[in-house]
Amino acid sequence: MSTRALGPYELPSRDAQANFHGNILVFVHWEDHLSFCSAVTFPLPPDMPFGALLADVLPAHYGKHPDWARADLGEARWLLDGRDFTPDPGRSLADQGVGHKSLLRFWTPGLTGYEGSFS
Amino acid sequence: MAAATSAPRRLSLKRKYAMLTRGLGWETTYQPMDKVYPFDRFEGIVIHDWDGWEDPFRLTVDAYWKYQAEKERKLYAVMDSVAQNNGQLGITDARYLNAVKLFLTGVTPLEYAAHRGFAHAGRHLRGVGARIAAQMQSLDELRHAQTQIHTLSHYNKYFDGLHDFAHMHDRVWYLSVPKSFFDDALTAGPFEFVTAISFSFEYVLTNLLFVPFMSGAAFNGDMATVTFGFSAQSDESRHMTLGLEVVKFMLEQDPANVPIVQRWLDKWFWRGYRLLSLVSAMMDYMLPKRVMSWAEAWEMYFEESGGALFADLERYGIRPPKHHDVAKKEKSRLSHEVWTILYNYTHAAAFHTWVPSDDEMQWLSSKYPDTFDRLYRPRYRMWREAAARGERFYNDALPQLCNVCQIPMAFTEPDDPTKIAFRESIWRGERFHFCSDGCKDIFDDEPEKMSQSWLPVHQIFQGNCGGASIEDVLRYYHLNIGADNLDYEGSPEQELWDAWTADRRTAR
Repeated sequence: MSTRALGPYELPSRDAQANFHGNILVFVHWEDHLSFCSAVTFPLPPDMPFGALLADVLPAHYGKHPDWARADLGEARWLLDGRDFTPDPGRSLADQGVGHKSLLRFWTPGLTGYEGSFS
Repeated sequence: MAAATSAPRRLSLKRKYAMLTRGLGWETTYQPMDKVYPFDRFEGIVIHDWDGWEDPFRLTVDAYWKYQAEKERKLYAVMDSVAQNNGQLGITDARYLNAVKLFLTGVTPLEYAAHRGFAHAGRHLRGVGARIAAQMQSLDELRHAQTQIHTLSHYNKYFDGLHDFAHMHDRVWYLSVPKSFFDDALTAGPFEFVTAISFSFEYVLTNLLFVPFMSGAAFNGDMATVTFGFSAQSDESRHMTLGLEVVKFMLEQDPANVPIVQRWLDKWFWRGYRLLSLVSAMMDYMLPKRVMSWAEAWEMYFEESGGALFADLERYGIRPPKHHDVAKKEKSRLSHEVWTILYNYTHAAAFHTWVPSDDEMQWLSSKYPDTFDRLYRPRYRMWREAAARGERFYNDALPQLCNVCQIPMAFTEPDDPTKIAFRESIWRGERFHFCSDGCKDIFDDEPEKMSQSWLPVHQIFQGNCGGASIEDVLRYYHLNIGADNLDYEGSPEQELWDAWTADRRTAR
């Protein structure tokens, strides 16, 4: 359906990629660790190598969790926008299909949160 | 002779109401009716006979004025007494006030928005009976906003986070949840507005807001809130009647209205339910003396009374709102997921959160035997340990928000409380994310409108919220950093409360 309105209702999307000053928004979620209440939003340059996400962005955010020290990202299972995904650390986000408002979910084997509580 | 002038000197109430709602209207001739009432056709609702409108209250203007004046006199007498007798000292604990902050900053601006919305409906529905009812409700809502602002003004003298509620309502991330709910209703046509607010919110869901909240206030010694609550409640019964009347009226007027009304009931049930998730956290976590759990309130006020209501509407071809079964599945985890959001982001909020005490965890465990000990108690233990090390957990990255309800995407799969529910739509090549099938349905039905959501996180990254650092954004929100925000433990408010109540503790 479309919006019921008195007249034409055509407005540019409020969150179009062009509004983010060259960045794209990437949502990331570490599965089975719900003490982080939801996925988080990072504004990232699309030509950033995936390896930088792994080496810099994620540890800075998730490092507070006691499981993080044991997390082996080399073994992690990934979903990109609902599809299985094997990231290549050397290639850029854009090169491997990470786009504006893409969602990356990852599982670290053997880690199911504090005392196995998914927290 | 005297018999000739024996006509009654005063009109009966029924007659007065008929004169007001039928006698004052007319068919315009200088301009076509569709130009005088340009808003009441485009939604597709067909009305054949506006005289079919019946208002069971038959309230006339003089009676309205008299009742409301009496309520105001009583209300302000109590408010004065609260102020003169330091009513703020009578609450159970200063932590309680954080529920009041959430209510007064989240709901009070909605009362004002409701005033505007009903003023609009009161101008743009062409039936006079409906217009009068909407106009009176518009005045009620303005009165509710005022009484709540007076309460806010009292607490603002002693507690943090209440000093700039109107400014914050337009900016702060969690206040975008109530704001966007009402903005969506206000920008719809008058029939959808009245269905959204009068029926879905006031008739179906308001008991979940007012009854537990006002009982909670009474249990926790908050006379100011109890007073505005009672004063509003007698209006609410009239509003609920209007809600039911408007829905039945549309359904009776034309069969073509049924699918439109059903779509609105589906949408506004879900939007209202998501909005009330904030109330679930207030009930289960923020009241030092608990009234009932969210799950119990949901069973009593939605599953039982809502069930009876929708059974009654079945004869019009209306079914219970879509996804009500999901709400039922979520009831044993909703408040915990919302409290987790609030705890994660308390550094960016104008209220405090805390890890529940051992006694409180015992209560939560008894109310939520299937989920609490398994999923949430360990989380709080982990946070308590971190806080004891001086590392109180705050989430430093900004959350992913649902594009419709605007709540951080913390809600889990209906059948698995350990997995976040991720839903998405691609519209005109752009990806949009939702917390639930309910929110996705709303987007898919009106993507042009919902793609206009002002999502606080995205606005920050677009550079529209004062700067790039968290301090810049908090300044843009007008938060007093270090007083309004952060954990209750160690807050200036806790220090003040402890000083006030030091005598009580030594006396015990």
